[in-house]
Amino acid sequence: MSAGQPLPVADRAPSPLPAVDRYEMVVGLEVHVQLRTRTKAFCRCSTDFGAPPNTNVCPVCLALPGALPVLNEHAVELAARAALALECTVHEVSVFARKNYFYPDLPKGYQISQYDRPLATGGRLLIDGANDGGALAVGVTRVHIEEDAGRSIHDRFPGQTAIDLNRAGVPLIEIVSEPDLRSAAQAGAYLRTLKQLLEYVDVSDVSMEEGSLRVDANVSARPRGATRLGTKTEVKNMNSFSGVERALEAEFARQCAILDAGGVVEQQTMLWDGAAGQVRPARTKEGSHDYRYFPEPDLPPLVLRGDWIEQVRAHLPELPAARRARFRAAYGLGDYDVEVLTATPRIGEYFEQVARRYGDAKGAANWVMGEVRAALNASGQSIGQFRVRPDDLAGLLDLVRGGTLSHTAAKQVFARMVETGAGAAAIAEREGLVKVSDEAALARWLDEVIAEHPAEAARFAGGERKLQGVLIGLVMKKSGGRADPKRLNQLLTERFSG
Amino acid sequence: MSVSLDDVRHIAALARLGLPRDRAEAMAAQLSTILQHMEVLSRADVNAVLEPAADAEPGLPLRPDHGPPIPLQAPLPAFAPAARDGLLLVPRLATHEDPEATS
Amino acid sequence: MTTPRPEDAPHGAAALRDACARGSLTPSNAVAASFARAEQVRAGGGAAAGPEGLNAILSSDRDAALARAAALDASLGETEPGPLYGVPVLVKDNIATLGLPTSCGSRILEGYVSPYEATVVARLERAGAVIVGKTNMDEFAMGSSTEYSAFGPTRNPVDRSLVPGGSSGGSAAAVAAGVTRIALGSETGGSVRQPAAFCGVVGVKPTYGRVSRYGLVAFASSLDQVGVFGADVDDAALGLEVVAGHDPLDSTSATQPVARYRDAAADGLAGVVIGRAAEYFPEQLDARIRAHCERAFELFRALGAEVRDVSLPSTALAIPVYYIIAPAEASSNLARFDGVRYGLRVAGDGLRGMYEATRSRGFGPEVTRRILLGTYVLSAGYYDAYYRKAMEVRRLITHDFARVFASGVDLLFTPTTPTAAFPFGARADPYEMYLSDIFTVTANLAGIPGLSLPIGRVGGLPVGGQLLAPHFEERRMFAAAYALERSLGEREETRR
Ligand SMILES: [Mg+2]
Ligand SMILES: [Zn+2]
Repeated sequence: MSAGQPLPVADRAPSPLPAVDRYEMVVGLEVHVQLRTRTKAFCRCSTDFGAPPNTNVCPVCLALPGALPVLNEHAVELAARAALALECTVHEVSVFARKNYFYPDLPKGYQISQYDRPLATGGRLLIDGANDGGALAVGVTRVHIEEDAGRSIHDRFPGQTAIDLNRAGVPLIEIVSEPDLRSAAQAGAYLRTLKQLLEYVDVSDVSMEEGSLRVDANVSARPRGATRLGTKTEVKNMNSFSGVERALEAEFARQCAILDAGGVVEQQTMLWDGAAGQVRPARTKEGSHDYRYFPEPDLPPLVLRGDWIEQVRAHLPELPAARRARFRAAYGLGDYDVEVLTATPRIGEYFEQVARRYGDAKGAANWVMGEVRAALNASGQSIGQFRVRPDDLAGLLDLVRGGTLSHTAAKQVFARMVETGAGAAAIAEREGLVKVSDEAALARWLDEVIAEHPAEAARFAGGERKLQGVLIGLVMKKSGGRADPKRLNQLLTERFSG
Repeated sequence: MSVSLDDVRHIAALARLGLPRDRAEAMAAQLSTILQHMEVLSRADVNAVLEPAADAEPGLPLRPDHGPPIPLQAPLPAFAPAARDGLLLVPRLATHEDPEATS
Repeated sequence: MTTPRPEDAPHGAAALRDACARGSLTPSNAVAASFARAEQVRAGGGAAAGPEGLNAILSSDRDAALARAAALDASLGETEPGPLYGVPVLVKDNIATLGLPTSCGSRILEGYVSPYEATVVARLERAGAVIVGKTNMDEFAMGSSTEYSAFGPTRNPVDRSLVPGGSSGGSAAAVAAGVTRIALGSETGGSVRQPAAFCGVVGVKPTYGRVSRYGLVAFASSLDQVGVFGADVDDAALGLEVVAGHDPLDSTSATQPVARYRDAAADGLAGVVIGRAAEYFPEQLDARIRAHCERAFELFRALGAEVRDVSLPSTALAIPVYYIIAPAEASSNLARFDGVRYGLRVAGDGLRGMYEATRSRGFGPEVTRRILLGTYVLSAGYYDAYYRKAMEVRRLITHDFARVFASGVDLLFTPTTPTAAFPFGARADPYEMYLSDIFTVTANLAGIPGLSLPIGRVGGLPVGGQLLAPHFEERRMFAAAYALERSLGEREETRR
């Protein structure tokens, strides 16, 4: 039976469950990722964003008559790095092919891509906790190199589509997964895990919002327990991970409703409309796509030496799973802390530098997860731009541990460090935040507080111990956070027990 | 292999060549004749020659990841059929519209 | 400035260059003489008189060429004169030049001036050549007669009622008519060798990868190669020496060092084994062409070569293979002519209508036919039967040559074409036209070098003999060409 036929009635046994619970979602994802190179894949034009339209262009990426492509070696290296991180086999010989179709932002009338002999095949991505708390292994069918198209702008001039070719020819990898995902949440987890991995291997900016990561989803529905795949549709036009999840839910619900009514899912392309929360069919005639792939005659096969591939593998940085395991073992951190401190490669590196300098991993972790992350969130900075370098933060923690700064004062110093980038000791000194343990000074502040709050002092003296905190807080405030709380406590107890 | 009028219409659409009916019919006849001469290939025994070992070929030369780009002696808008504010203009397409669909 | 009469001009491009380098002639004189000759043949005059002009040259800029020549005049004594110092050269119209249009003989690129130049053009200019014009051609090099130019056919200077061959007919005719000693053409299936044979000049198609394709407007990328016309073997050797060499802008460009082709004049043929492939001498071959070839074999023997019978059994498959692979690649290569970025745009109903109107109006019938043929053989359901099969059979053809050359044969000698030049309109059936390339397409499919040189006349019309050599053995080919040309010339002398 062909995939488009209605399912046998037996497979659609009546059930009290709603349709979406009687069917299983089957999803495979095609992810396009822009590689972070300085120049385009096949010409020496800059890949910088933000240049005036059609200025990062040359004879090659404009497809001027007679121009020819020459492949960027760095694009190959980044693609191989990503493929190896995805546990793929990187092939010593792969072949570029032309994918032929007309579109105004595709200058040559074909995209240089790879088809029957891609760069890499047979990988997988492990997703922690996605499979009833266990790890889910999602097959990676292939990773291949191709070039990006230009940008079509539909809303700039009435009745016209405007084309900017600055992006045309930027190198991409396409990462195709097996149809191993069974829910929108799994698809979301796959994408987040993939994004994290690609950040670790440092091949791309991987920002869906900025378009350096794009996702198309192949989705089908089948009765729970069935093994045969249903007819799939391709869902496009999502621009966030949560958009992908919502689009999958919507498309799955649509397919379930069709199947439940005894209908047939039509193989077609669906577009996600995020504002409406709906999918709608693209205006595409199915079967009209015939890309007429054939080997790109302008580019001989890409031949990579085995030792080169092994060298790329050897130079892979520590990947997220390995780092999570190491942070657990080496620093005794709990699951949550590990998750936060390995979310991006930079935050983990930052944490480790602080911990190494400071010597107390737990203390370092608390600061990085607390104050540092809060400061980054507040400023919208990345950790790479953060002014407080790990050594400076360790210096601050040292001052707290050595008793020079109170915790309260340390937070004030940290705030100044974030603003100015200066060292902790210098700020503490300049701002007069060094902790005061001097008996005379503490006694003077205490006397003033007792004089200003005679009622509270009397009640404390009368045995209301809970007022101790209030009095100490008042002294701390008067001292600008500098009073050494330990000494102050002793002093207060001595004063009223005498 | 005989090429039908529908075949010609299909490939003309793929190739974005508008053909009036009489030309399409003439083309179907011509392509059929030409392809008849190609039938001889189906009888060729290609097993005699193995595919060359790809690693014996020189392989694709790679270039370093830097500029400068090949300069253009005239900017794109100077030779483009329609341009405004540095952008190329074509008849309007809806977002994600597939030009295949408008035939 | 006085324009020297053509007969006073030094004989041969090398002699012309030497005269300019010595100062006995100036680049300005040489360029002016070339324009004068171009004007003569344009007007229909000249040695081979006829009622119409040749229509060999599509565009030229006399003032710009003379300005460049004047700059070369002034540079003498300051910089070392290059190997083509002061030599006027014509360039086929599918090779990108900065100052002159690059139309490829097509309406779709009418008036298009490339904003960058081809590597071969840069090499010519660096060598001191002056580009005096762009030559007519079959539209996008698809044709064997130059009848398919959108700008009218070129006429054969030998007999203006006949085609000059094609697709590089303009370059061949102009060199035959004495406008320049050297011109660039391009080959995909014989487009230099075949018109060279028809017009009585020398045409060389180098090894695939020997000359940069950067700036050569693609027809079939795996077959295309820039070729050189020379009025004689030495002119062709000099021209090829200048344009050959590695180009990092072409990923299929070879890195092998370029041999000194002109030194091959002294190589001789002693001990050289020249193959005579039966498949290139079919029964129906014109007996007079066969006789010219047999005489050439005799001369080779007299020069110390051994002539050995060989077989290239896959030859008969070459035309079908070629007319699948070349149109397939062309259908993709010509997709860029869509009216969006350059060239012709014809308004239509929406984007789709604009595409179809532009391409239907812009491409002529032969180009349309080949795009459709190529689209068909690549389309779903037909790829394996046609394109994949053709690629496999192409390897058989390559293997045939490899086997023969590995058996101790140094060169092959064949007729260049099965007939001499034919009248306009004589090849109305497309497939019959395709058969004009029957002896030349094999070299393109195998990527080996080939050279055609005049070996005699049939009914007053020149015919060509073809030398084929292993990859990158152009020098060997030139050695035989020099030797044969000399022997044929001596025979002419003694007969007079
Ligand atoms: Mg893709
Ligand atoms: Zn570019």
